[in-house]
This record gives sequence, C-alpha cells and structure tokens, in this order.
Amino acid sequence: MRINVGYWRFIGMILATLLIGAPALAQQPDADAEFAEQVAALNARSFDEKAAAAQAIADSGHPRASTVLQALIDSRLYFRVSGGDVVLAEPTDGGFALTDPVTGKEAGTATQYEVRRVVINNAIRGQVRDLIARAGLTSADAEVRRDAVRQLLSNPDPAVAEQVATLIKDEPKADIRRDMALVLGLSRLGSGDPAERLRALDALRGSLADRVRNQVRELAANDPDERVRQQAGAMLSNIEDKRQLWGLAEQVFFGLSMGSVLMLAAFGLAITFGVMGVINMAHGELIMIGAYTTYVVQLLMPNHIDYSIMVAIPAAFLVAGAFGVAIERGVIRFLYGRPLETLLATFGLSLILQQLVRTVFSPLNRQVSSPAWMSGSIEVNAAFSLTLNRLYVIAFALLVFFALLAIFKRTTLGLRVRAVSQNRAMARAVGVSSSRIDSLTFGLGAGVAGLAGVALSQLTNVGPNLGQGYIVDSFLVVVFGGVGNLWGTLVGGLSLGVLNKFLEPQTGAVLAKVLVLVFIILFIQKRPQGLFPQRGRAASEG
Amino acid sequence: MTVKMTPSGSATDLIPLAAHRRILHGDLGGKILLGLMAALIVVVPILNLAVPSDSPMHISTYAVTLMGRYLCFALLALSLDLVWGYCGILSLGHGAFFALGGYAMGMYLMRQIGDRGVYGDPVLPDFMVFLGWEELPWYWLGFDQFWFAALMVLAVPGTLGFVFGWLAFRSRVTGVYLSIISQAMTYALMLAFFRNEMGFGGNNGLTDFKDILGFSISAPSTRVALFVASALALALSYLICRAIVRSRLGRVVTAVRDAEPRTRSIGYRTDRYKVWVWTVSAMLAGLAGALYVPQVGIINPSEFSPLNSIEAVVWVAVGGRGTLFGAALGGALVNYAQTLLTAWLAELWLFVLGGLFVAVTLFFPRGLVGLLRRREGS
Amino acid sequence: MQWLDDTRAFMRRDQVFDIVRPVASSGRVDTRHGPILYLEDVTVSFDGFRALDALTLYIDDGELRCIIGPNGAGKSTMMDVITGRTRPDNGGAWFGQRLDLLRMDETEIAQAGIGRKFQKPTVFPRHRVVENLELAMAGPRGVWSALTARLDRSTRERIDEVLEEIGLADQGRALAGQLSHGQKQWLEIGMLLMQNPRVLLVDEPVAGMTHQEMDRTAELLTRLAGRHSVVVVEHDMEFVRSIARKVTVLHQGSVLAEGSMEEVQSDPRVIEVYLGE
Repeated sequence: MRINVGYWRFIGMILATLLIGAPALAQQPDADAEFAEQVAALNARSFDEKAAAAQAIADSGHPRASTVLQALIDSRLYFRVSGGDVVLAEPTDGGFALTDPVTGKEAGTATQYEVRRVVINNAIRGQVRDLIARAGLTSADAEVRRDAVRQLLSNPDPAVAEQVATLIKDEPKADIRRDMALVLGLSRLGSGDPAERLRALDALRGSLADRVRNQVRELAANDPDERVRQQAGAMLSNIEDKRQLWGLAEQVFFGLSMGSVLMLAAFGLAITFGVMGVINMAHGELIMIGAYTTYVVQLLMPNHIDYSIMVAIPAAFLVAGAFGVAIERGVIRFLYGRPLETLLATFGLSLILQQLVRTVFSPLNRQVSSPAWMSGSIEVNAAFSLTLNRLYVIAFALLVFFALLAIFKRTTLGLRVRAVSQNRAMARAVGVSSSRIDSLTFGLGAGVAGLAGVALSQLTNVGPNLGQGYIVDSFLVVVFGGVGNLWGTLVGGLSLGVLNKFLEPQTGAVLAKVLVLVFIILFIQKRPQGLFPQRGRAASEG
Repeated sequence: MTVKMTPSGSATDLIPLAAHRRILHGDLGGKILLGLMAALIVVVPILNLAVPSDSPMHISTYAVTLMGRYLCFALLALSLDLVWGYCGILSLGHGAFFALGGYAMGMYLMRQIGDRGVYGDPVLPDFMVFLGWEELPWYWLGFDQFWFAALMVLAVPGTLGFVFGWLAFRSRVTGVYLSIISQAMTYALMLAFFRNEMGFGGNNGLTDFKDILGFSISAPSTRVALFVASALALALSYLICRAIVRSRLGRVVTAVRDAEPRTRSIGYRTDRYKVWVWTVSAMLAGLAGALYVPQVGIINPSEFSPLNSIEAVVWVAVGGRGTLFGAALGGALVNYAQTLLTAWLAELWLFVLGGLFVAVTLFFPRGLVGLLRRREGS
Repeated sequence: MQWLDDTRAFMRRDQVFDIVRPVASSGRVDTRHGPILYLEDVTVSFDGFRALDALTLYIDDGELRCIIGPNGAGKSTMMDVITGRTRPDNGGAWFGQRLDLLRMDETEIAQAGIGRKFQKPTVFPRHRVVENLELAMAGPRGVWSALTARLDRSTRERIDEVLEEIGLADQGRALAGQLSHGQKQWLEIGMLLMQNPRVLLVDEPVAGMTHQEMDRTAELLTRLAGRHSVVVVEHDMEFVRSIARKVTVLHQGSVLAEGSMEEVQSDPRVIEVYLGE
C-alpha cells in the first residue's frame, strides 16, 4: 500500500516524458535551421532589419526564442568579428565564454577582440521587451504562458498588459485567465479615470495576491477620488480578512504535518509502551537508525535518488526492527514488570547507539536529498500553498496508521499481541508463545520507529541526536492520547502538532514547546488517563 | 536516654523512639561516610595550603576543586536517592533543581563582579549591557546580598519542586509517567534558559566570576574553603536525610513506595508526603548546584540537559539505591571514573556510561553496596 | 423528556433539597437513628456493565453483617464505593447521619473511621511486622506529625497487645513480605485493629486459612462486633454460617434477600441464583 503513491506518480512521469518528448525530438532539425537564420539576421546593418529579425524570432515560437531575445536586451548577444555568427557571451576573466544561441551548447571562448556586441537602440529594446512578453503569452505551451503571466504579475509592464486584454478572450486555461485578469486589473488601477479604477477594483475582487493587496492599500490611502478610496478600503479589509483565514489554514496544515511526524514517532511507542507496557527510551534512536538507513540507501544508489526512498522504506523498517528485536531479546525481556529499570537500561542503550552512530558515520549532520517528485507545492491561492513533501508525510503517516490498525484488528499476530498484553498467563495457557510475541511486537514497534526516521530524513538533516528530541514529544503524545490506543495517538499527535504551530507565531518556537509541555502536565491533572481512557474495573485498579 | 519502658526483647524496640535519637544506629556506611568527610575537612586543607607544592604529599588546588565537584555530585545523588530509593519516585529532572540552585548562586557571583566587567557597568552584568538592557530585571534584585542568594538557592528549587510535585502527585501521576514528565520539565527549562530574553545570559550562561564574599574566587584558600563547605554540606545533608528516613515519616514514605494505594487506604494523604519529600530533595539538589558553580566557575543552560539528570540516576544505581551513603559514593565514584576515562579515551566514555546503565539494571540491581553486602553475607 | 422528569422530581412533595441536607465531610459520626452506614440507590457502571444497580443497604451500629453473592454480584465494588475508591454514577452513601461519603476522599474516609481489609492481603512487604502495625495505628496522619512522631509507652503496649491477639508475637521483627499467606491475612486484620475504626469492611478474611485459623478469625470477628460494626464479604458458606447473624445476598448489583441465615437459605430466589447450583 505504502509504495503505491510514489509508484504511480513515477510511472506517470515516465509516460509523460515519452509522450511529450518524442514528437518534439522529431521536429527539431527543420525548426533549428530556420531559427538559426533568424538569429543571424539580428546582426544586420540597419536597426529596421534588426527589428524585423527580432519580430521573426518572436513569431517562430522556437523554445529558445525568449532566451535569445532576453540576451539581446540584456546586452549579452555578441557576434564574432570573423564570420559574423551571433553568439551568447558571458564575460569571464580576460574574455568571454560563448554559447550557441540556437542549441544552447557551449561554443568555446573568445577574447574581447574576437567578438563584438550586437547593438540595438531604445526603440528596439522596448519592442523586444513586448515581444518577449507576448511570445510567452502567445506560446502554445500552457506552462510557458502561465510563467509569462506570472512574470507580468511581478514585473508589470503597462504596454504588454494592454495586449493581455485581447489575449484573455482566447485563453483556454481558467487559471491563466484568472492571472491575466489580475494583470489587466492591476494595470488599470493606475488609470487616470476614477470610473476605470473602480471597474478595475471590481475585476480584482477575490484576489489575495501580494501585489493586489499592496496596490489596493495604496489606493485606499492616497487615491484622489473619494469613492475609489472607500471601495479600496472595503476591499482591503476583505483581503486582509481572507488572508488571515488562509493564514490560519496554512497554520493548520503546518500543524498537521508536524503532528503527523509526531504521530509517526509516537506509533512505535504506542505499541511498545501502550500495548506491551515497556518503556523504551531508545525509541528515539530507533527513529535515528531509520533515518540513517535512508541516508545509507541513498549513498548506495546515487543515480536513483527518486527510487531510493522506495527502497529505504522497507529497509528502514527491517533494520530498525532488527535492532528492536535484538534489544528486546538482549535486555528488555529480563526486565518485564520493572518499568523503571527498563527505562534506565534502554536509556543506556540509547547512549550506546548514539555514540555508535557518531563513531561509524560522524558527529556531523548528514543531508538526505528528497526525490524530485516530492519537491514543489500545490498552490491553492496566493496566500496558501501546500508543500508536497509535507503532504506526503501526512499521507504516509495515515497509511502507516491504517496499516497498523489492520495488523492489530485483522491478523492473527494482532490477536495474539492483544491476548498477551491483556493476560499473559492466560495467553500462554492457550498456547500463545508469549516470548515470541513479545519479540515480534517490539520489533514491529521498532520498525515503525524506523519508518518515522524515513519521514524525518525528508524534512530535516540526519544526525546522531535526531531521535533525542522526539522521545519526550512522543511520550507526551501517547500519554495525551491515552495509553494503548492507536486512535488516541492519531488524535493526540495531530492536535499537539496543530497546537504547537498555533502557539509558535505568538510566542516563538521555544516558548511554544514549553507551553505545550505545561498544557499537557495540566491536562493530565484533569484526565490522568488521556483523551481516550480505557474504562472499566481493570483500568481503575491499575 | 529514656528509661526502658517495654519488656526486654519486644519487637517494638526496633522502631526508633524518635527520629533524632541514635540517628546513625546500625548505619555502618553512614558512619564511614561521615568519618571520611571529617577526615577530608581536616586533611585536605593542610595538604594543599601547608604542605609545600614540591612535596609528594601536596594536593594541588586543581585536585581540590575536582574533589569538591565530586562532593557536589555526591550531594545531588544523595538528594535523588531520597526520592527514588525511599519514595520510589524516579526523577529524571533533578538536574533542573541542581541547575536552579547553581543559577541562584551564579546570579550572586555575577552581581559581585560589579564594575570589573568588560563594559564596566556598576550594576548590569556584561551580557545585559551587550543586549542593550537599561536596567536590572526585577528578579535580579537582591542577589547582591549573599544571605538573599543563599535563601534563593533553597527557595527557588524548593518552590519549583513544590509546585511540580503538588501538580503531579495530587493527580496521581506516578511511575514512568512521572519520570517522563520530570524529564520534560528539565527539558523545557533548558529551552527557556537558552533564550536571551530570559535574562540569564542565554547560551553562555553566567561566568567570569571574580569573588565570593569578598574573597577572590580563584585563590587556593577560597578553593579549599569551598571544598570544606561542600564536605560539610554533604555530611549535614546526610544527617538530615538519615533523620527523615528513620522517622515515622520515613516509614510512611517507604510504605508509599511499596504499596501506595494501601497507604492511602489506611488514611495517609500520600500525595502530601510525596510532595514534602520531593521538595526537600529539590532543595538539597539546589544546594549541591550552588556549591558546584563557584568551583567550576560557570553555569549555563546545558546543566538542565536531560542527560545530566539521568546520569545522576545512574550514579545512584551504581552506588546502591535506597542506602543514602551508597548513592553519595556512586556520585563521587562514577564522576571520578569519568574524569579518568575522558582523559584517556573521550569517545569511550558514552559507551561505558551506556553500558553502566544496562549492567547495573541487569546484573547489579543493588549497586556496589549490594555487592559488598552480599560478600559480607556469604 | 428529561426536563419533564426533572420537573416532576422537583415537584415531589417529599423532596428533600440538597440545601437543607446536613452537609459535613468531617466531624463525629452520628448514629442516633441506628444505622451507621447508609447506601441508597447506588449505581455504578463500567462501560455499560452495571456493577451496582440501585443498591440500597443499611448497616446498623455495632452489627456483624455478612454479605454473600455469586461472582460479579458487586461485593467488591460496594466496598470500593464505601471507601471512596469508586465514585457511583448515582445514589448516596452516608456514614452515620452526617458524613457524606461521596464528598470525602479515600483518606478522609479512612480517617473518619472506616477500615478495610482487602481481598488480596496487602501489607507493606519491606517493613517489619511491628512497623506495619505502627503505620496503621490510629492517630494524626499529617506529614509534620509523622516527622516528629515518637512512640510512647501506651502505643508500644497497644502494638504488643495486637501482636498477641493476631498470633504474631514471635514474628514481630520479621519483614512482612516474608510471612505466609495466612499470617499476612492476620497481619492485615491486626492493622485494622490498630486503626480502631467504627466500621470494619472485611473482604474474604479466611481465604487460604486453615480450619483452626478460621475458627480464631470467627471468634475475633464476633468479639469485635458490638464495639465496631463489621461487614464481612465471604465465599466460604461454612464460615458465614458460623458467624452470621444477619446475611445480605447480593445479585447483579442489588440486594436479592436479607435476613438470618435460615431465612436466606430458604428463600427460593436465593436458592435459584446461588445456593441451588
């Protein structure tokens, strides 16, 4: 189950490359030849000819058209004194590094005497600027158009903005149309006619973009026309309200993602502590081992970062699980029923494991790179976007949760684990090998800790102290949610994460943590059994 | 002594008449510990101050300070044993009380610097000038007086201990839960003290002390005096702890350790007993911290680190839980071992420390004292 | 229709409002009306299972009462309610006329004079036998008084006396954890005696005892009745028969029958659920 999310996405990526890439390759030679001629024409004698060449380049729709035009206005387009070929040139020490404008390949170097700049005047510069924007706006590729409009939003250009007015009618993509309307509205806010400005304000209604807000604020404060000021003022407060709301949503999202990390870290503990009653202070180190496994797997397959995480997930589960079983067999089984001693012994183990990692790897933090498909974000609107890696962590945590639920509710292992945890002697009497179950359960808890390590490695650097910070937090989650209850751990983890993120802006991260601690201590005053207490006579006697 | 009031041979003789009578009765370890302290108080000053430094009998000031630190750790272990060994409360946060006592003393020492700091401000410590503070925060007031600082050394850890204990024990947070929460407490304090806005020097803590009670803090005689003070504090605290565990209160507290619900059911408010013992223990830990700081010359937030607290637990376990003198012994011995080992092979120390945790719980649950007693018994 | 019921209850003519009830959680036990323990309509449920179902029970001052019933009849839960370990969902529990047990916590109830011996003997295993008795002794329970407590002559004598009475005079120095099961039972009874309570709740006192010990226990309990009220929960019918004056049969959390042993034994409902099996 776990693997599917990434797997399908990966397959999709390959398919997309094949479908889009193949026709593009076939077309290239012809188009390139034509484009090369047009670029060469930029080195004409008269400005008129240059202007015509620029127009032709813009009309060609060639993928490198905007690069070349941009180079032209940035004064990075040169021609060779001998032969007159047009090249892109970057100044280096004592000369220039050349690039072929058509293919984008390196074309050697030249001294300052071998190349000369392609000269243009201001009229051409203005024209080319428009052309670049228009080329982007009229590109057949929706992605290019989207970028061009975004570009316009951050670098507005009144001349181009007016073109948008005509383009907007034919734009097929709704989101691009929306951005275009913004460009249009923003440019008309500067109009001399108050009625026009009012109409522009109307058109901008509903947008939360930074630029819109700044412009509207400007109008609300300084516009000469009373009505414009009023409407802008109303809109401004509307925008502020909405942004606040979305800011809240963002905090919830951050909180949820932090909560799911807590939850992942706490699941293992919910099993070893909640189900078996074993307090394992080396739990954080098992998380760390999972993270280091991810790191090692990545080292072993340096050319396949995108898949390495798919290998790392089962590997981390197994490695951490194996450590868990070893810990259980070697130490914990001698200490059942003596929680405080278990706590001390496993703390000793955690010190040993940390020092082991320091000796084997190094005391320094290691960077684990995220696969490409995990970076990026889904933008809901200007004020709120969901980063993909956080989304994946949330989804991963939920998957692990349901997998665990299924294991405990549906499998014989789960049945036996519950039997042993409820009545060891009785379980043994009906033929359940309790010591084997203990090992397996502990191994499962440790394996889940390893999974938490994989998730953590995607969010932060990996270091020997990685797990330490999570041990107290995960205990709090387990205690808060109610011991021995996976649902409690789910709700506990998420709500603590959200609470933490809500406190953070007001108080700073450190104080937020302190406050959450205090909150939990007070909470346990009221509900010593956690959010979801196990009721009944057995519980009250404990 | 009182007139013998019960028929001879009655079992009730076993119960001490009152806590303060015959306090060391049957306590060989305690007698040895107190004897040792008395010897140290006499011998060490002579060997350091009176014996010339080229003599093989001379004890360097460095060694005196080192031993003084061990005594502070022994005192911390003693305070921990009072709650863990006798009341069954495993605290993973006693380092917090130690550090608070240390900070209280550090604040006094900071105020003693006066205008000799880098910025030469007569009132504000250097770090406050550096942060651009205009005046002393209210909670720094009074710390220029030694008596006030000495009071705070006990009052601050005691108050925190009381509030924490009252909250935790009243709602019957026990066992592992309490341990985790006490660890969370010291962790939270560490985070808080790292913040510059707290006004305790942030990351760097309090340091560059000049003198204490008018004596230069680096002078050998001051060092020796601090050592003697530590030995006296340890001896006195031992007697206090011993008096507590010998009283009926001590028996109630051990009853709480062994069967808390039963103790409650015969009418004892076990939470109050636990809060009381916990608070006393916190104050002793604070005293240890206060003696520690002038000897090492610095106090910073890392003293709050959860690792420090849990290390103290292992001292008690190594020495022998529930014996008081064993805990003190463990506190001194383990730290001596650490000094030796880190000088020899720094990397190895954490392995050894981790191994100690495992070995003590698995193989020597009664610690060194248990080993000695077993040998004696066989 | 909750409000209707509430209103109806409110309008009841024999309604006694809380505000006019005597409120006390300390003070002397008032037994002028006879009973020393009042349990009225006590209901306790765990996750839907009703351990006690509108149980009503009165124990008279100085009475020796045996309570019997099959497993799960609610005997231990009843004791938990009386000693403050379990809060009922509904109903009232009074100690004498004036002390509301539901407003008192476990320690207050113990100090007010209700002592309990548990089903599974629980003594302080790492204390000596005499120390167990000393801890149970009636007296101030405060922290400071414990710190400064001294053992005076009369209390020493009292401890020796109880040691004699429970037959552990020779084991006084032994650690309680080293006693045999039966001896622990006796020690616990001894601790009850040291507490000197008005009401003794005794849960299965003779489990694990020999016949001779049982006889001594029976003798002790009958001797205590009169000075104290004694409530005995027991499974051993022979033992119950040997001491019982009045027997209450619990079944499914409420009283099934009450009366002398003979009356109870001849009650057809009791025979059906309990004795007849």
